[in-house]
Amino acid sequence: MIKPTIVVVGNGMVGYKFCEKLVNKSSDFRIIVFGEEPRHAYDRVHLSEYFNGKTAEDLSLSSRSWYEEHDILLHLGDPVQEINRSAKTVHSLMGVTYSYDFLVLATGSSAFVPDIPGVEKEGVFVYRTIEDLELIKAYASNVKTGAVMGGGLLGLEAAKALMDLGIEETHVIEFAPRLMPRQIDSAGSTMLQSKLKELGLSLHLNKSTSHVGGENKIEALHFNDESVLSVDMLVISAGIRPRDELARLSGLQIGTRGGIVVNEKMQTSDEAIFAIGECALYEGMIYGLVAPGYEMADIVAAQITGISKLFYGYDMSTKLKLIGVDVASFGDAFVTEPDCRTIVFEDTHKGIYKRINISIDGKYLLGGILIGDADAYNILLQTVNNKLILPPNPEDLILGTRGGAENEGAGVMSLPDDALICSCEAVNKATICSSVIDLGITNIDGIKKCTKAGTGCGGCIPLVKDLIAGTMKANGQYIKNVICEHFDYSRQELFDLVKINKLKNYDLVLDHFGKGDGCEVCKPVVASIMSSLWNDVIVKQDTIQDSNDRFLANIQKGGTYSVVPRIPGGEITPDKLIVLGQVAKRYNLYTKITGGQRIDLFGAHVNDLPAIWEELIDAGFESGHAYGKALRTVKSCVGSTWCRFGLHDSVSFAIEIEERYKGVRAPHKIKGGVSGCVRECAEAQAKDFGIIATEKGWNLYVCGNGGSKPQHGQLLATDIDKETLVKYLDRFLMFYIKTAEPLSRTATWLNKMDGGLSYLKNVVVNDSLGLAGQLEEEMQALVNTYHCEWKEVVDNPDLRKRFTHFVNAPEEKDPTVKFDPMRDQVKAKW
Amino acid sequence: METTTAIEWILACHTNDVPENGGACVKLGEEQIAIYNFTRRGEWYATQNLCPHKQQMVLSRGMIGSTGAHCEPKVACPFHKNTFSLISGQCLTNEEYSIKTYAVKIADGKIFIGI
Ligand code: SRM
Ligand SMILES: Cc1cc2nc3c(=O)[nH]c(=O)nc-3n(C[C@H](O)[C@H](O)[C@H](O)COP(=O)(O)OP(=O)(O)OC[C@H]3O[C@@H](n4cnc5c(N)ncnc54)[C@H](O)[C@@H]3O)c2cc1C
Ligand code: SF4
Ligand code: FES
Repeated sequence: MIKPTIVVVGNGMVGYKFCEKLVNKSSDFRIIVFGEEPRHAYDRVHLSEYFNGKTAEDLSLSSRSWYEEHDILLHLGDPVQEINRSAKTVHSLMGVTYSYDFLVLATGSSAFVPDIPGVEKEGVFVYRTIEDLELIKAYASNVKTGAVMGGGLLGLEAAKALMDLGIEETHVIEFAPRLMPRQIDSAGSTMLQSKLKELGLSLHLNKSTSHVGGENKIEALHFNDESVLSVDMLVISAGIRPRDELARLSGLQIGTRGGIVVNEKMQTSDEAIFAIGECALYEGMIYGLVAPGYEMADIVAAQITGISKLFYGYDMSTKLKLIGVDVASFGDAFVTEPDCRTIVFEDTHKGIYKRINISIDGKYLLGGILIGDADAYNILLQTVNNKLILPPNPEDLILGTRGGAENEGAGVMSLPDDALICSCEAVNKATICSSVIDLGITNIDGIKKCTKAGTGCGGCIPLVKDLIAGTMKANGQYIKNVICEHFDYSRQELFDLVKINKLKNYDLVLDHFGKGDGCEVCKPVVASIMSSLWNDVIVKQDTIQDSNDRFLANIQKGGTYSVVPRIPGGEITPDKLIVLGQVAKRYNLYTKITGGQRIDLFGAHVNDLPAIWEELIDAGFESGHAYGKALRTVKSCVGSTWCRFGLHDSVSFAIEIEERYKGVRAPHKIKGGVSGCVRECAEAQAKDFGIIATEKGWNLYVCGNGGSKPQHGQLLATDIDKETLVKYLDRFLMFYIKTAEPLSRTATWLNKMDGGLSYLKNVVVNDSLGLAGQLEEEMQALVNTYHCEWKEVVDNPDLRKRFTHFVNAPEEKDPTVKFDPMRDQVKAKW
Repeated sequence: METTTAIEWILACHTNDVPENGGACVKLGEEQIAIYNFTRRGEWYATQNLCPHKQQMVLSRGMIGSTGAHCEPKVACPFHKNTFSLISGQCLTNEEYSIKTYAVKIADGKIFIGI
């Protein structure tokens, strides 16, 4: 039997997806693909990652061998030039001719370049293909200012890319009075603008460009309002134009503003010819996103193999990636009252704007906009698409349930089975849940492999994770917080096992309680447990330590390390300051005052670390444990010794506390603060423990946190004296060390604790578990066994030897490490 | 033209230069190669030292371990914890990356790398 021939024109994302769908459905066809670009289909959606180190190979959607395996004939770098519809043949530029039974046009679109005088000048680019990006990258290496024309989805992505390329000044020029006019409303846009300005973008709205100035290459943009902006390069991102030239030439019906007209079967005006992806015009609309293109590909593959499936339009909800500000719009984002009820939440301080549109009867979510915090995007989109009935207080959707118990995961489980979870790969809820139940897959990688969900834009991954957890729970599977595949225990269980069995070596722990050979998750957990129990010198088992602990320094861009000596309470003598300056100078280290009231010296070669520390130790410094999950700093304010408001001597107390707990290792780092009065200049309430002087003594706050989800500390005890306070602190810290999950700060630990603060208070203050004495003793044992681990290394030739880059050339430094000058110091060359 | 080249073994360093259950970096000509002493399994591995994720010369400083039912030996990059099979070089956390692996031979306490 002669197989019918399908010719595909275009090997972009959608053309490729069509081939994949067709070969998955049937092998009864001969497939021939023409691609104009020199390489086989790649992931255009993640094109910008090309600037972040991904190679063309990384972005590739498949390999050449994939086409061979499926007998697909691939003609790359060879565009189809002509279609002879009566003879049913195609002719390519290189002179190849094929006849077809079905022809699929997947020619995509090209960047729209407005007809502005001067756009042909050198230094003006578009942003569509890998070749475009190569040109931009090469040109950007010696320019200072860049501009992007177009403040839409793609324009902002391009602007971020220019910033990432190291262009000092990046401008966005938008013709409309606001950014992303197609996705978000003007209030949202205002919020987005201020966030983008914070990121360092200069925005110019309401600007129409009259011409591009410069001799041969671009030097400036001239606007209709007579203003001028000098720029060294320009990326045009003013919209897309469907590539319909081939279809037009062969007499297929074309929309008035471009695009190949298709019906719900994706057929063009010629029954044997289909058009899919960004070149296809369905009901007056070009779908400029990949998910609808994939859906179209599926429909044509179905048509050809005799399955009836039709296209009914597609949801255009989007979430902006990359730019560093969450932006999302979904469903009908723009309906206004009286056609709906709108709920808006705005926090100009945090830069958050959320809007949801609800049906008049209050039952359904119609659409909305999220700026600054789009965590809820997936579930809101699902609520719209599946017409889920809204809860009685729909504002909870954007504000979270306040007060009452949170029912995490309940949202996803209430979705109907056919709810589309991954729209890029068209995977629904039932498919994911059945992979969990029937195939026993319980992690995201497994789901990716077996369903492809989450392999496209990746936006659905949080939702998939919730579904896995929800399904397991519903299925009665006990979700235990085990450490990793090598240990079937929680951290707390393992802590007790190691303690009772007095195990002091990782391999022994693995032999007794684990399986396999361990990994990067369990090794540092066990290392931390052993430190909290036995307080041995950690570098003696250096290869189980987390990256920074192995070299007792924080690794940085380029592979150098930083040096942070302890400066208890932030107090330092002039002599010690001088030594820091001398050492920094000798080893050419970038010097900065940290946010923790001490001094960080950056950019040390691993080979230099022991010598640097030797000098520092000689001058009386000790390790600051900036690399460890250990006590970092106890921040102080100047207090009663100098401050006219100070009630007690906060500096002395901070030093005392820092000296007490220095070197103590924990599930995560620990920070403290001591303020001399309620003015709280030491920001003690933002720390894991915070101490504030009162008229009668000290108040103790616990479980505060900075970081990405800041949280204030909570009051554990009031008006207590120093001795009591230290006792409470001993108990509190030791209780945390013994019971918290790996890498969980005190705030997260408390948030997850049954009973919350009142339980913690009972344990620490009222000794409800009868553990207080033991906790104090255990802490005292750690305090008694303190050692400066850098001193141990400096004094031990064997340990010193480990600080080399090349073991076969110990004197040589890593030649790939490079620095650039910056304000009389250096920075990592990157 | 088809040529079959025999593996060329280059002396890299001594077995006691590489810490137990960990890695170290050697310089062979202009290349940086990471050698891993998988003491627990009595095995040796070698890969490129460059992590392809953000082009960092650091894999030798990563933690080694194993994964899966067949205990595939792997190394985790210290920067962002992408992990790589020590046998195939395939990145196990991100299909798109892979690293070069080299044959290792031990003789008389010396480590040789096959190029
Ligand atoms: C140097 C410093 C920034 C500065 O220039 O000021 C800094 C630098 C780093 N911080 Fe920080 N943090 C510094 C103060 C802070 C502060 C402010 C403070 O301590 O008062 C915070 C918020 C307070 C808090 O921790 O609650 C802070 C919250 C973080 C976080 C988020 C923690 C969280 O609970 O979410 C991380 C990430 C982590 O630990 O997982 C982090 C991680 C890091 C790392 C270790 C990132 C890394 O893994 O490489 C940086 C190491 C740089 C290096 O190579 O030395 N850094 N970091 C500050 C050092 C303070 C010190 O003297 O030790
Ligand atoms: C920087 C960037 C970021 C993006 N981000 C997102 C995103 O986050 N989410 C999203 O959903 N979408 C995004 N998109 C859009 C998405 O990439 C497109 O929707 C998708 O690539 C469309 O696929 P396509 O196959 O229709 O077109 P294309 O991928 O453009 O492929 C068409 C191919 O056909 C070739 N061709 C044209 N004419 C001929 C001919 N005559 N003969 C042979 N070959 C021909 C072209 O050279 C091209 O290779 C982004 C696009 C860009 C540029
Ligand atoms: S906030 Fe902390 S972790 Fe982030 S860049 Fe600054 S120093 Fe590094
Ligand atoms: S540089 Fe290795 S994981 Fe990122």
